[in-house]
Amino acid sequence: MRKIAIYGKGGIGKSTTTQNTVAGLAEMGKKVMVVGCDPKADSTRLLLGGLAQKTVLDTLREEGEDVELDDIMKIGYGNTSCTESGGPEPGVGCAGRGIITSINMLEQLGAYDEDKGLDYAFYDVLGDVVCGGFAMPIRDGKAQEIYIVVSGEMMAMYAANNICKGIVKYADAGGVRLGGLICNSRKVDNEQEMIEQLAKRLGTQMIHFVPRDNMVQKAEIHRKTVIDFEPGHGQADEYRSLAKKIDENEMFVVPKPLEIEDLENLLIEFGIAN
Amino acid sequence: MADIDIKKSENLKEQVMDKYPSKVLKKRSKQVVVKNTDPEQRIQANVRTVPGIITQRGCCYAGCKGVVLGPTRDIINITHGPIGCGFYSWLTRRNQTKPETPDGANYMQYCFSTDMQDQNIVFGGEKLLREAIQEAYDIFHPSAIAIFSTCPVGLIGDDIHAIAKEMKEKFGDCNVFGFSCEGYKGVSQSAGHHIANNQIFKHVVGTSENGRKGKFKINLLGEYNIGGDAFVIENLLERCGITLVSTFSGNSSIEHFAACHTADLNCIMCHRSINYVAEMLDTKYGIPWIKINFIGAKASAKSLRKIAAYFEDEELTKRVEEVIAEEMVGVDSVLEEIRPKTEGKSAMLFVGGSRAHHYQELFKELGMKILAAGYEFGHRDDYEGRRALSTIKLDADTRNIEELKVEPDPEQYNPRKTEEEKAALKEKGLEFSEYEGMWPDMPEGTFIIDDISQHETEKLIKELKPDLFCAGIKEKYAIQKMGVPMKQLHSYDYGGPFAGFAGAINWYREIDRTVNSKVWQLVGAPWEGTGKLHGSFIKKVLVEEEK
Repeated sequence: MRKIAIYGKGGIGKSTTTQNTVAGLAEMGKKVMVVGCDPKADSTRLLLGGLAQKTVLDTLREEGEDVELDDIMKIGYGNTSCTESGGPEPGVGCAGRGIITSINMLEQLGAYDEDKGLDYAFYDVLGDVVCGGFAMPIRDGKAQEIYIVVSGEMMAMYAANNICKGIVKYADAGGVRLGGLICNSRKVDNEQEMIEQLAKRLGTQMIHFVPRDNMVQKAEIHRKTVIDFEPGHGQADEYRSLAKKIDENEMFVVPKPLEIEDLENLLIEFGIAN
Repeated sequence: MADIDIKKSENLKEQVMDKYPSKVLKKRSKQVVVKNTDPEQRIQANVRTVPGIITQRGCCYAGCKGVVLGPTRDIINITHGPIGCGFYSWLTRRNQTKPETPDGANYMQYCFSTDMQDQNIVFGGEKLLREAIQEAYDIFHPSAIAIFSTCPVGLIGDDIHAIAKEMKEKFGDCNVFGFSCEGYKGVSQSAGHHIANNQIFKHVVGTSENGRKGKFKINLLGEYNIGGDAFVIENLLERCGITLVSTFSGNSSIEHFAACHTADLNCIMCHRSINYVAEMLDTKYGIPWIKINFIGAKASAKSLRKIAAYFEDEELTKRVEEVIAEEMVGVDSVLEEIRPKTEGKSAMLFVGGSRAHHYQELFKELGMKILAAGYEFGHRDDYEGRRALSTIKLDADTRNIEELKVEPDPEQYNPRKTEEEKAALKEKGLEFSEYEGMWPDMPEGTFIIDDISQHETEKLIKELKPDLFCAGIKEKYAIQKMGVPMKQLHSYDYGGPFAGFAGAINWYREIDRTVNSKVWQLVGAPWEGTGKLHGSFIKKVLVEEEK
């Protein structure tokens, strides 16, 4: 089983990209589990066709110790196993601690056991690496591969670079590696070249360039992935292609994060200056 | 016991410091001081502990909940946090209390905690806290409930003060207030004392006018009734005709705190833990404070005389002198019997924020010498006296603790003494708002050490061989294993009271028993000190057999 965590700046499209890619893998016949690590619990909405999912932490709170895997795991599109960590309301408690609790719970309940026959486990993690809890999926070998969703916007690249720092921190202890950058296009000038260059500087690859297309939005409104909603659409092929590249990926590195100055220069060189 | 002088001690200091890496050395050198002739000599105190030195210190929560609020019997003290903080601070200081009536409220035997679990950390513990307050109220109907924040509560940001306010309004007949005394605040438990002082002043002081009535009304601040000390002092004051309006906080009730502003004099025992309340009572209500000390027979007599001098009443002075005379008969006869056995023996004291100073009085009475002393959590003013206040640098750790802005109360400010009257009393030797610290009482060549480390402790014991070491439970067994008797000055080792005249007599007897016990000579194992053991090498025997 390959354990993959998807990171990236808030609002960059991690959940959307993850679910569309997972749909691609499922279509290829892979058995995939998605673990949403966002207190908003919206990481599996497109696979499940709605937000009906009861989160691990909610269940734990209500049921106490009597939690069964079936209570917190629902089957979605293409026989994917979907689970949401959940978390507190904004402004209270500790969401990071919640993720730690939740992943431990899933392990205890045997969500990763061999009899589940999983090919992939995907962690969809909220935002930047903000504290120890949000780094949980890359600690202790919980996820071995990281893909960072990024665009040509300055803050998205800045966040990607920060996430790389987090990976470096845990690369030794947990063995986590960066599998590549996924460029989720914002139609910024020279976006593809710039992200390719960023990837190169980080010592990794841009694994795929996902063009911007309104079909993604449209499918989302219908609570579906593009592959599910409009299988014949070109955008569906983009996600199939990304899924295939991830499936065949063999480039796993400990990234070399950039100094902030180098990052700014990169932007000037490829972006604004041209 | 070795004789000490400045030069010898400086040499020893150098030896002790020799083990430290340069950064630690630089810091510890300022906190380990050999008393010399310089009147401006300074010590570094109330700074962060060097990690790994095995400090004596406790945390902010311990100072707030354990020390200052712990001894009050009728406030339900709820620890908001995982169970360990509440459990391990449960009655460990041996504070005693005696309700005024047989059915008077006393919650000190109980341990209240919200017992936070993983899910309360994740989702926030506010609901849990609200339920705990409600439950405590429903069962006990107390007049007050206090909430103490532990570390995780600070991290997840539960708003304990908002909940306290909400529940107070809901109940109507129960004062509810919170303390943001998370363990990680400040550099020691001292931060917790300050936070405790602030909140008691904000939420309790001045809320009742029903204080005890009397001609000579005082508050006793910084007395925590360990081993029954407060009972002895209360008895003395009563016999002198002095009315004790409140004690912060030995044998206390919230009612006493609420009416403490009706007293006419504040008498400070532990300067470190409570001077904030004294200062605020002076500013807001015009009640002056003096430093007193009821540890030691002579010190107790001096303290009673200071109180009498303040009230300038002949009758009171006469009664005070009568009580002292009565008490001194017993003290003198016991001392006559014991002093020959303790004379010339030596002691080291490393404890608290004033005990390492106060207890020197009792040792003096026994003819014992102090070789070294220091505080766990004292500030420079507790060492050098309040003259140090103007030169204390406010660091970030101190600024982190709220400093209340207090102004004279428009209606209740009533200076008990005019400036002229104070000046006249000062002429006669009664100092107001003054504490000289331990400095003047420490002989030249002795060590004054702040936040002593385990290494320093061991080295000093080995080199100076004291007959007695005074500290707390964490140090006790390490010291006794070195063959040195150890007396706990936090919990008194199940003994006490040691305050006042009766307490002094207890102390003399106990110290005689302790320092003259033969058992300490037996601590070393029989084979130690008998030289190397010799035996023949077994292989040689085998070789010979083979031949």
